[in-house]
Amino acid sequence: MAQEAENKDIDQYHYSRNLDNAVQYLSFALGKEEYGVDILRVQEIRSWEPVSRIPNVPCYEKGVVNLRGSIVPILDLRERFNLSKAEYTPLTVVVVLQTGDSNKTRIMGVVVDSVSDVISVDKTEIQSAPDFGTKVSNEFINGLVSVNERMVMLLDVDKLLKLEELDQDES
Amino acid sequence: MSIDMSQFHQVFFEECFEGLEAMESGLLTLDMGDIDSEIINTIFRGAHSIKGGSGTFGFTVVAEYTHIMETLLDEMRDGRRKVTQPAVDVLLGSVDCLREMLTAIQNEQNVNNASVEKHKTALEVVLNGGSVAEEPALPVEQEFTSEEVSFNDAPDVDEEESVELEEQGWKIAFCPYLDLLKTGNDPVRLFRELNELGELTTTVNIQDVPGFYELDPEECNISWDLKVVGDISGDEIREIFNWVEGDCEMEIQPLAKAVKLPPVVKKIDPEPTPVIIPNNPAPKSVEVKPKPVTETKKPDSQDSDNEAAKTTAKASSIRVDTDKIDTLINMVGEVVITQSMLGLVGENFSMDKVGQLKRGLAQLERHTRDLQQSVMNIRMLPISFVFSRFPRLVHDISSKLDKKIVLKLVGENTEVDKAVVELINDPLVHLIRNSLDHGIEMPADRVAAGKPETGTIELKAYHRGGHIVIEIIDDGRGLDKDKLLAKAIEKGLIEENNLLTEKQIFELIFMPGFSTAEQLTDISGRGVGMDVVRRNIQSLGGNIEIISELGKGTTIAIHLPLTLAILDGQSVAVGDETYIVPLVSIIESINITERMLNKVAGKGETFRLRNEYLPVIRMRSIFNVHSGNPTKSKEGVLVVVEGQGELCCLLVDELLGQQQVVIKSLEANYRRVEGVSGATILGDGSVALILDVPGLVRFSIR
Repeated sequence: MAQEAENKDIDQYHYSRNLDNAVQYLSFALGKEEYGVDILRVQEIRSWEPVSRIPNVPCYEKGVVNLRGSIVPILDLRERFNLSKAEYTPLTVVVVLQTGDSNKTRIMGVVVDSVSDVISVDKTEIQSAPDFGTKVSNEFINGLVSVNERMVMLLDVDKLLKLEELDQDES
Repeated sequence: MSIDMSQFHQVFFEECFEGLEAMESGLLTLDMGDIDSEIINTIFRGAHSIKGGSGTFGFTVVAEYTHIMETLLDEMRDGRRKVTQPAVDVLLGSVDCLREMLTAIQNEQNVNNASVEKHKTALEVVLNGGSVAEEPALPVEQEFTSEEVSFNDAPDVDEEESVELEEQGWKIAFCPYLDLLKTGNDPVRLFRELNELGELTTTVNIQDVPGFYELDPEECNISWDLKVVGDISGDEIREIFNWVEGDCEMEIQPLAKAVKLPPVVKKIDPEPTPVIIPNNPAPKSVEVKPKPVTETKKPDSQDSDNEAAKTTAKASSIRVDTDKIDTLINMVGEVVITQSMLGLVGENFSMDKVGQLKRGLAQLERHTRDLQQSVMNIRMLPISFVFSRFPRLVHDISSKLDKKIVLKLVGENTEVDKAVVELINDPLVHLIRNSLDHGIEMPADRVAAGKPETGTIELKAYHRGGHIVIEIIDDGRGLDKDKLLAKAIEKGLIEENNLLTEKQIFELIFMPGFSTAEQLTDISGRGVGMDVVRRNIQSLGGNIEIISELGKGTTIAIHLPLTLAILDGQSVAVGDETYIVPLVSIIESINITERMLNKVAGKGETFRLRNEYLPVIRMRSIFNVHSGNPTKSKEGVLVVVEGQGELCCLLVDELLGQQQVVIKSLEANYRRVEGVSGATILGDGSVALILDVPGLVRFSIR
């Protein structure tokens, strides 16, 4: 609770300081690490529900679900980032993200441990990601930002959700 | 008040493109020797509507251009000019040019003036020079043009129509008595009504108006000279002035007397109706008709032309037969009735009503299915949407290649799903070009081979089973098996001592980078293509096969599913998972035990079905299913399926049931998955994958 209030203060602080540079991120936890995605890319947050498995795809692509009539793939971010597997519980959260340009948008769900917060970040405070030793390969990370002494890794949604196309090696 | 004209632009463009296609198909059907005036009229009407419309919307470039075309066509129509092949070619070119112009305007780009000028000049050359041969015709033309100077000197004056209209109209001298206003009459209202009849010009006479101090504002001291232009009867005018009769002096005279040469009007319009007012062009009439295409017997008649002509490559809207909509509305009515009946049953439910409930549910199921079917029906369009563009293609390419080719269209009214219509076009264009270029021989060669000089390409569509079959049949040289084989070996596509069946040899031309044409032309033959064609067709869930006989011709048959949105499926269980097998591809299902499968060393398993050994695909292993009862294949169900002409068996755990499933795209949010053609949502809301049978067959063969 106290932390939330604190965050709010920070939000206010950013808001008043520089409206143009403020970007909001949704932060979520994977194990002990904290990640953030651009909040404008988040369509909704759902609880985990069983998926239909897709055969012969990488294991982090868990399967597809029916999201109000459209078929939406679900990726497990823990497995994507080679973190240890976690059991899915009813509290496991799926963040539904949008990707793609104005021509074609895709919707995908990513499984995360829990959603933490909405953080407001001043663009100028985003540091570029150094080549560091986390298990997440650098390519997905847009930058780092520290919020309340915690480091949040900001993810590039488009890169994260880019699936290598299978049908190219068909012939 | 100004009206935002741009809201009508879309309709205008649609109508223009329809008109253009009608003109195009009309021009192509023109037979040089024997001129069908109805066809020329159709073409003329097309040009006329475009001219009128573009004038209204202020696209003067188009209007000016069409005017020249119209002039030429008008002369052809009146028989003052012979229809010659060069003239028709120029007109065809103009149709293309117009299409370019309109597309440019539609996309708000600049019109390519150079090309417009080029075509304009070509038209004018035909217009001025082409008819010299007909000496007797000329005087008529001159007499005709003398009245309207616009033709040759200033072709861009778009006034032919208004000139002819100016001849019709009335001149009214309207001189109200002083107390006209006191009777509650307002001249302005009269004028407004007159203006609705036709273009009104008023001249005010104010010589009787007294000085300011003597002026009684309740008296009417003004008189008017009015001129109304338009095709109006005297009675209509008199009716308007009925109200003021007795309150004024007036004189109504036909305008024509005052002006000159009324007979010209008749000459311009030898037929009773062709004054097509721009805002009521011919294609409109088609829309209202309840059964436009399907019932039209004569493919050349104007209706079907226009109907077929609405084929723009990507029709974002479709016109639906009103009958279809009526059926739909009836269905919905039935569903509503059933629903209220069920509601009634549910209100005071007791166990003795179970029978009633079941009956109601059965009825609901039937109605829902009917409803679904009629909704799907709305998406069905006749294949003529695609076919209608091919006569032009064949005409152009055959004249380019100096070949004589006729195109026969069969079964144009076969209905297919809108999505199929949109996607099948490119593959078909490619195949037809191939037939034109490689299939049909040069006339001399044909004669030498004892065949008629004119080659025939037949484009045929029909329904078979749950599929639509489109065949492209040519009577050309056919495929040379030995040559294909040699080429494939030379390119290293196959091993030299491979034994291939005839079918497999023909399949070779679908391999990437395979072309047998000795010389490449700009029409086809670069070896990119057939593999793309096949991939396109497979992505539509169809397949393509070739039958050919050397020297006799080639038949290429494309099998496509009727609709891409819904299919009858058999759900099967593999472990804990459910998959859908399209019912159309299932031949039969057999309960088997492990012993009935024969192992083939290194090549998997086969099953002997009536003396034929079929490859067996274990769904568990190729889809890596580990759930459920582990590999208890002592008992299982073999589903014999056919994909791309090959039979094959799928080993599944259990058959679950048959149902219609709505196909959802996996690719929309995800990607293509091998062996899976799509997904669907089951009754419980979960997702089941639909098996891509041809894909699985390929997968297993590999």
